[in-house]
Amino acid sequence: MKILVVDDFSTMRRIIKNLLRDLGFTNTDEADDGSTALPMLKTGKFDFLVTDWNMPGMTGIELLQAVRADDSLKNLPVLMVTAEAKRDQIVAAAQAGVNGYVVKPFTAAVLKEKIEKIFERIDS
Amino acid sequence: MTNEQQPPSSSQEEIETRLSEQAASLMEHVSKGDFGEALRVISDLNDTRDRTLYHEVGKLTRSLHEAIRNFNIDMGNVRMNQEEELSKIADASDRLSYVVDMTNKAANKTMDMVEASMPVAIEMKQEAHELKEAWGRLRRREMDPSEFRELYKRIDKFLVDLAANSDKVYTNLSEILLAQDFQDLTGQVINKVTGLVKEVEVNLVKLVAMAGKVDRITGIQHEMKAEEESITKGHGPQIQTEGRSDVVASQDDVDDLLSSLGF
Repeated sequence: MKILVVDDFSTMRRIIKNLLRDLGFTNTDEADDGSTALPMLKTGKFDFLVTDWNMPGMTGIELLQAVRADDSLKNLPVLMVTAEAKRDQIVAAAQAGVNGYVVKPFTAAVLKEKIEKIFERIDS
Repeated sequence: MTNEQQPPSSSQEEIETRLSEQAASLMEHVSKGDFGEALRVISDLNDTRDRTLYHEVGKLTRSLHEAIRNFNIDMGNVRMNQEEELSKIADASDRLSYVVDMTNKAANKTMDMVEASMPVAIEMKQEAHELKEAWGRLRRREMDPSEFRELYKRIDKFLVDLAANSDKVYTNLSEILLAQDFQDLTGQVINKVTGLVKEVEVNLVKLVAMAGKVDRITGIQHEMKAEEESITKGHGPQIQTEGRSDVVASQDDVDDLLSSLGF
């Protein structure tokens, strides 16, 4: 399982990578915004994407839209981990095809639950 | 700075008196049919209006200049060898960058220490677990003498390691504790910047009032285009979620919203 973590703050990337490692996901890579993430996704054979929303350059929602519009990536599970808490935004993310939405600040338990739920749904 | 454009005698009341006098004489000339004279009065009226305008604009320019000086953002006047005269805004930006640096350092320091401690804890847990198993077999007399000698050595090593590792974890924890000093330092800095923002706001309100006056006198109308709020652009963390229906207050709200959408 190869996971790409996209966030513009290195500390947040580090926290998420640590939590993922605790959950048994050790094969992770990171990017600091959508425009660096997208080429990595296209060539890197990632199985899962964890992305922030608010980033300079390409935002997380734009990255999500780009992923869903790309034939080779459109089935990639995407979890949004973000401080964006407007209802409109959550609805927009759902419409764009997000698989899970976690608002910051979050706990390890919430992240674990959402990731497990996403994989459950994919497996079934 | 516009003193030269401003007739020295044109105070507001004087202008008003003159205007009403001129208006009266205009009426008089028109009713008499003396249109030549009436046109002259109209041109006088124009003149008076222009002078009022100059006067007001002059006053406003002075206030504007004053307001800008209060902002202290006039970098052109800064003598570079006098650091204390550096603009407050530039200073505030520096201070906020300092806050970002400090919080970044503290977060990384804390994570370094946590990452250094976790393997130690896991190692101890694992060894304790294995020793407990061996100890159980010993108590149930299921252990032969060679195994016992092995266990004896292992327990000895474990105790030595335990002391050293506890020490290591304790040191790491106190470093984590110390790394929290950023809260005090950044708190002070942020309080200062907040003070400046309030000060700027007061001056800005004055400036807006003045700009409004300029618009009234000159009759300028602005076409204000409301900035469209794009949804793709992030808003950042919501500071105040209570009593707002457009913002979720917790992960539970997010889950409810998503499940209402069929998730």
